Amino acid sequence: MKGYNFAYLDEQTKRMLRRALLKAVAIPGHQIPFAAREMPLPYGWGTGGIQVTAAVLGRCDTLKVIDQGADDTTNAVSIRRFFARTAGVATTTRTAHATIIQTRHRIPETALTEAQIIVYQVPQPEPLYRLEPSRTETRRMHALSEYGAMHVRLYEQVARYGQIAISYDYPVMVNGRHLMAPSPIPAFDNPKMHRMPALQLFGAGREKRIYAVPPYTDVASLDFEDYPFRAGRAPHACALCGAQASYLDEVVTDDRGGRMFVCSDTDYCASRREQAP
Amino acid sequence: MSEPLLSACGLAVRFGSITALDSVGAALWPGEVLAVVGESGSGKTTLLKVLSGRVRPEAGHVWYRAPDGERTDVHAMPLPMLRRLHRSDWGFVEQDPRQALRMDVSAGGNVGERLMAAGARHYGHIRDEAARWLAEVEIDVARIDDKPATFSGGMLQRLQIARTLVTQPRLVFMDEPTGGLDVSVQARLLDLIRTLVRRLGIAVVLVTHDLAVARLLAARIMVMQRGQVVEDGLTDQVLDDPRHPYTQLLVSSVLAA
Repeated sequence: MKGYNFAYLDEQTKRMLRRALLKAVAIPGHQIPFAAREMPLPYGWGTGGIQVTAAVLGRCDTLKVIDQGADDTTNAVSIRRFFARTAGVATTTRTAHATIIQTRHRIPETALTEAQIIVYQVPQPEPLYRLEPSRTETRRMHALSEYGAMHVRLYEQVARYGQIAISYDYPVMVNGRHLMAPSPIPAFDNPKMHRMPALQLFGAGREKRIYAVPPYTDVASLDFEDYPFRAGRAPHACALCGAQASYLDEVVTDDRGGRMFVCSDTDYCASRREQAP
Repeated sequence: MSEPLLSACGLAVRFGSITALDSVGAALWPGEVLAVVGESGSGKTTLLKVLSGRVRPEAGHVWYRAPDGERTDVHAMPLPMLRRLHRSDWGFVEQDPRQALRMDVSAGGNVGERLMAAGARHYGHIRDEAARWLAEVEIDVARIDDKPATFSGGMLQRLQIARTLVTQPRLVFMDEPTGGLDVSVQARLLDLIRTLVRRLGIAVVLVTHDLAVARLLAARIMVMQRGQVVEDGLTDQVLDDPRHPYTQLLVSSVLAA
């Protein structure tokens, strides 16, 4: 596109982002501040993710953007089109064909490979923020690895609901050192982060933080010895492709109580239906 | 009993032109309760903050003797070590329990926090221990899942004590633990503190302006005025036979019921 640099951001900004990304990769799970730019979309729509994607995108990359698992929602479509116009890169909806996947709220069902980068859009990078209002204090807690307070939150869940009922943004320990908010992905997706072959990058635009999980890094969901972490999913099969193990969305079909459960990952569901006889 | 658990010498703190502490020294032996009394603004609370490492003095040292006999300077030790001390071996009971408690977390969670901070990761054990400590401070165990916001002032203070003592500290700092409570609740709380402290052999530095509280709990007393220790000694001795004019004034100004 005329008048714009490749992938929208100017090179100095990308350089700043890449420096932050390198630091983030060097200290898995540690939040690195960066000077987030104004982007042509509102905060909360993926300004952090889009800047990280712009910083790592090259001319031969193939981009996939998903929002809640779907390739065809407004957010996914407009971000994909944004990069198709400003960078001229190839885009795809196929997980296996993509080299960079920007995501909101899901990790694709198809296992990622070493050749891929997954970029998460993060609304709140600080896992301790509901427990400790002061950022100075949370930074100190991270520095000293004082994470007892997070277990207080889990204790409250078990005391009140009889189980750990956090269903999304379930806190994780990265590399046995840093407590990290995995962005609002369902707890179902947490085990996929553990020793994932792909590079995982996290961008929070409004909060101006970048963090990362390098390939093959340990990611453990917090739990109690007698209440171990369990990845929950709706106890149904996908109504379209019959998948038994994928994460499902509940879709209301009429106003008389009709509903169906379908895969939230649209690409996974579509490719399963294509392969079926 | 030959070596003090906590000792301080030559402590000085100034806030601008105000002298809060002026070459104050103190020593506390294991299992002993030391009361610090004096009027408002005499430097009692500042002394407590300096002894517990929360405020750095301009001069002087505070020494703490760890269980292994090692003597460390409280203000020279690295921050992680000091914070670990505060979470395990030490406790701090605030005048206002709302400052120490998490008001949006259940009573059980509040008591269990120090255990979890120390690395406890078994829910059943944490809960059992929390229930045991609630019983210990005479809070109905059925209220373990209630939020502190629904508790009375006296219950809040007892909850704070349970939360502090759950890790079996060796040294507890108390800042006016009975302030702001009515007389009958105060009496019950004092009785509870005295029983627990005696049974567990905890050393306590107790700041209070109430001489009756000092007499009931403390073996030794320090009287402070304008940042200086004007008199110290055995509680009964100091209160029955005060030598310094200021102590005489304090003792004579207590209203007899």
